[in-house]
Amino acid sequence: MPIFWLVTLILVIAALGYVLARSRALASAGGNRSALHSLPSYYGMNSGLKIIVPGFGLMILWLLAQPLYVDSVVSGMIPDAEIKEGSSRGLLLAELRRTAEGIDLAISKNIMDEEFARNESTEFADMTARLKDAGAVVTSSITQPIMRGAQELRVLSSTGRWLMTMAVILVSLAGLFWSLRETNAEFRARNVVEQGVLALLIGAASIAILTTIGIILSLIFNTVEFFKLYPAMDFFFGVEWAPSFSGRGGASELGVLPLLWGTLYISIVALAVAVPIGLFAAIYLSEYASNRVRSIAKPLLEILAGIPTIVYGLFALLTVGPMLVSVFGDGGALGLNWQGGGRAVMTAGLVMGIMLIPFVSSLSDDIINAVPQAMRDGSYGLGATQSETIKQVVLPAALPGIVGAVLLAASRAIGETMIVVLGAGAAARLSLNPFEAMTTVTAKIVSQLTGDSDFASPEALVAFALGMTLFVLTLSLNVFALYIVRKYQEQYD
Amino acid sequence: MEGGLVNDMRTIQRTDQMEDMKISAKDVNVYYADNHAIKDVNVEIEDKTVTAFIGPSGCGKSTFLRCLNRMNDTIDICRVEGDILLDNEDIYDARIDPVQLRAKVGMVFQKPNPFPKSIYDNVAYGPRIHGLANTKAELDEIVETSLRRGAIWDEVKDRLDAPGTGLSGGQQQRLCIARAVATAPEVLLMDEPCSALDPIATAQVEELIDELRQNFSVVIVTHSMQQAARVSQNTAFFHLGELVEYGETGQIFTTPQDSRTESYITGRIG
Ligand SMILES: Nc1ncnc2c1ncn2[C@@H]1O[C@H](COP(=O)(O)OP(=O)(O)OP(=O)(O)O)[C@@H](O)[C@H]1O
Ligand SMILES: [Mg+2]
Repeated sequence: MPIFWLVTLILVIAALGYVLARSRALASAGGNRSALHSLPSYYGMNSGLKIIVPGFGLMILWLLAQPLYVDSVVSGMIPDAEIKEGSSRGLLLAELRRTAEGIDLAISKNIMDEEFARNESTEFADMTARLKDAGAVVTSSITQPIMRGAQELRVLSSTGRWLMTMAVILVSLAGLFWSLRETNAEFRARNVVEQGVLALLIGAASIAILTTIGIILSLIFNTVEFFKLYPAMDFFFGVEWAPSFSGRGGASELGVLPLLWGTLYISIVALAVAVPIGLFAAIYLSEYASNRVRSIAKPLLEILAGIPTIVYGLFALLTVGPMLVSVFGDGGALGLNWQGGGRAVMTAGLVMGIMLIPFVSSLSDDIINAVPQAMRDGSYGLGATQSETIKQVVLPAALPGIVGAVLLAASRAIGETMIVVLGAGAAARLSLNPFEAMTTVTAKIVSQLTGDSDFASPEALVAFALGMTLFVLTLSLNVFALYIVRKYQEQYD
Repeated sequence: MEGGLVNDMRTIQRTDQMEDMKISAKDVNVYYADNHAIKDVNVEIEDKTVTAFIGPSGCGKSTFLRCLNRMNDTIDICRVEGDILLDNEDIYDARIDPVQLRAKVGMVFQKPNPFPKSIYDNVAYGPRIHGLANTKAELDEIVETSLRRGAIWDEVKDRLDAPGTGLSGGQQQRLCIARAVATAPEVLLMDEPCSALDPIATAQVEELIDELRQNFSVVIVTHSMQQAARVSQNTAFFHLGELVEYGETGQIFTTPQDSRTESYITGRIG
């Protein structure tokens, strides 16, 4: 039975349970609602919960566990002799799975019947021929043991699926009977449902946390894989970034320092633009602007936050870059010849700064507004002017929050990609000149993984090491930001 | 009450300076949007005296007090009408700078509001802004005397660098008093300065008020009849936004003219 129908069936049983439990509860109280411990619908929900949770729970567990079990059985069927030089058990296993899919395809096209597909004495040459007829991908590595494995895999999966369907239906029905049995006027259905809701919420939270952990783990595994192929020292302390793709020959230089430097340089330029402008805008909006100005200016500023970063990238490429060249470039207004082309740290930094302005300003605005009016009154009452009050009372009180906002903006700047790709170029370079093209960690991750990449080569795996570096960097910034915000948060209460 | 004799003496003292009005308010009306919070109030506040504002909660004492140093300017919906003269100058005149006015007319708020700075910096705030001290030593001096006058010096002298917000509620209130005194205002407006204080600190603050009277005028809002009787020479009774009765403290408490005053003082309304 396809999963879809199984899910529908469980839901139908649950709906049935709801209705039955509800009426059973009412009946047990002789139709008198106030004699029930809980509202009738709670009895229904209790029943529904006891059907859905075990039913779906078992199904999910089974779906996760079955492939693992089948794989381990089938991979035991591949004799060591089959694993040739340059191959691995994993590759053969993939081949085996592909063969099984091919058999399914052939059966659906009536090129073989189920009998033939399961027959242990089928010759692999015959099988290969029929698979080719069916149009399945067949490679030379299909051998007798592989074919036998594929046959076994199909048998195991279909029995497994059948067993699962039975088990899930049984468990759901058991839930139905159990919940109906316990339904009577005294049963505390409301409390049970309360706990069910709690479990649901905890479940949602754990999914969020578990996926995060999963992502981090995959990053870590791939990073470890990378360091097996490429020395960590060379990665962390190398000053050269020159990946060579397989085929072109030559060893790659994969030093992270030029990329980190580009990332930091561009982020610093961006923050140097965004922090003062964003902060001053926030101060104007929250302290000086009249309600009317605020109601117009704030949404306008926040529109900036809604512009996709690729549009900022285009703006950098088409407007800001050429403009900077016309000022700082060869034959430019200043006659300095500092800037060779439109793509430069300055270009990307300026545009990224513009992108971050609304981020800094709306966070700071909230923080400044959270400073109690009593604090300002105290200052005005001593004869301070508005700007004195802001400088000496409001900003110091809001400072931890503002620092937090700036750090959050910094971690966004570090993670930004599109503006860098279009605005700063792709040349990894260690240079102090902000008018030179440089590139960042994120931009390089993209370029290492675009196109055909062989995930066993250090040139592709380095992307994970870069991702990990970036992750550690932004994570520590965020943690630090949170720490600062928390530490000083409750100063004025 | 020993106040009888004292008040007599003060009456004599005051008749000498009858012309010496520090603040005079004429036909003052205050609105919060549509809420008419102060209705046609006329008050003359004498120099070098303590004036007490009493009245039930919500009658507009704080509102009227805030008119006297234009703190109501910071409330968007608040509108003040009428004339308030400080030293015969209209403080709501366009030429008057409210910032300068507030340096002259200091204020202690109903709720303590220390800045999130050190105790020292809290007190030094006003003197620094107004350039009252030329040297660090002078500033130290101002801070110490102010804290002594705020009756909190002994408690904080060893931790002047600790944040003012870390003090207890009553200590914070005294810190705010010290902070207001440090700016050396000519008039000090105090909104229920003792509501969070224990009897000892209250006595010390009352002593301070009495001392301030030598040079400044003090306006104090209080819910304690005893306190009004102890520290003030004049008392104004507000009720529902109106100034019901204003006169010499002894007379208000012994022979009130208005029946509402009498009911309030004897505890029948409020
Ligand atoms: N910021 C404000 N916005 C709107 N209305 C206000 C504001 N402050 C005070 N009011 C209103 O003005 C009236 C007088 O308030 P006020 O604070 O002056 O009373 P009060 O006499 O000081 O009372 P209490 O003894 O409780 O401090 C009240 O009706 C109050 O609702
Ligand atoms: Mg008040």
